[in-house]
Amino acid sequence: MFPLNLDGLGHAGVNALYVVTGFFFGFMLEQAGFGNSRKLASQFYLSDMRVLKVMFTAIITAMLLLFGLEVLGLVRPGALYINPTHLWPGIVGGLIFGVGFVIGGYCPGTSLVSMATLKLDGAFFVLGLSAGMVVFGETLGWFQAFFDASGAMGEVTLPQALGLPAGVVVLLVVLMAVGMFFVAERLEARFGPREKEPC
Amino acid sequence: MSRKAADYMNPYLAGALLGVVLTASFVVFGHGLGASGGVASLAGAAESALLPGHAEKNAYLVNLAVSPENPLDNWAVFEILGVVLGGLASGWLSGRVRVETFHGPRISARARWGFAFLGGAIAGFGVRLARGCTSSQALSGGAVLSAGSWAFMFAVFGGAYLLAYFVRRLWT
Repeated sequence: MFPLNLDGLGHAGVNALYVVTGFFFGFMLEQAGFGNSRKLASQFYLSDMRVLKVMFTAIITAMLLLFGLEVLGLVRPGALYINPTHLWPGIVGGLIFGVGFVIGGYCPGTSLVSMATLKLDGAFFVLGLSAGMVVFGETLGWFQAFFDASGAMGEVTLPQALGLPAGVVVLLVVLMAVGMFFVAERLEARFGPREKEPC
Repeated sequence: MSRKAADYMNPYLAGALLGVVLTASFVVFGHGLGASGGVASLAGAAESALLPGHAEKNAYLVNLAVSPENPLDNWAVFEILGVVLGGLASGWLSGRVRVETFHGPRISARARWGFAFLGGAIAGFGVRLARGCTSSQALSGGAVLSAGSWAFMFAVFGGAYLLAYFVRRLWT
């Protein structure tokens, strides 16, 4: 039954397992081209839709695998962490984050792999990111009520929000992703470079 | 660097493998991947070091820590340590580890550093307001169909596409 019981590993053992998990995570981000801000930013100028393709392939892969494990009864009910929905802080924070993404060229994970491969713009992004988080902590008092309570709905899932069976939502997400991949390929053919850019 | 850098991986293959890593995280730990939480813990620790006695009062930064006495003893910190090592290993294997600055053809490397810092700061604020980033919200929450994570994900793309035209000089 998943998730695994890690008690036998001890605190240090579990931490080591997190380093290993992070290793594979960082490895795949770098292989995907996400250590390169120009590749990431190309998403927003429609010339290379790599961000959308990688993200949505990853999401549907994990969604299908986890859904399959749940259908097979291999996951303890309620044991997987579902990000609680704080709708308005999530949307406003997402819009602000998107603005920072297109100006700065990275998101947190990708800036770390960029910095790890000695890209100076990645290192400056990581410094800025840390500064922005400190500013958030310092100013939170001004909008604490909004942060805590606005659109706070708890652990609500899309199947619950839409009133549809989980299997139907899983299918709809896959269909949406495939549709977006199709559009992404068409956009790249139109706006992308004629030949492969040197990276 | 004598070797020519390798091409990036096919994005669908990279995405599928990333999805397997994400699934493994849920199967092993019961939760997904994260990047911003570890950075927040480090930022909080740096703030404490620079301004002793201050960040301890900064309830939000302290809340992030599993252990209030030692904010760095936190799974998210160990995970980003791994992210840095994995990124370095991948870049090294592919001949991409070298000091350089990625910037659009119309701006200088120095200007790019400033915009990277500025964008990072804006992103850092947004990430904490949204309680997570592209990894911990969009990928992880997206895979388990959290309604809020999907709203966040579309907001991120929305914010970026809305501004992209006005900052095109940075990239094109």
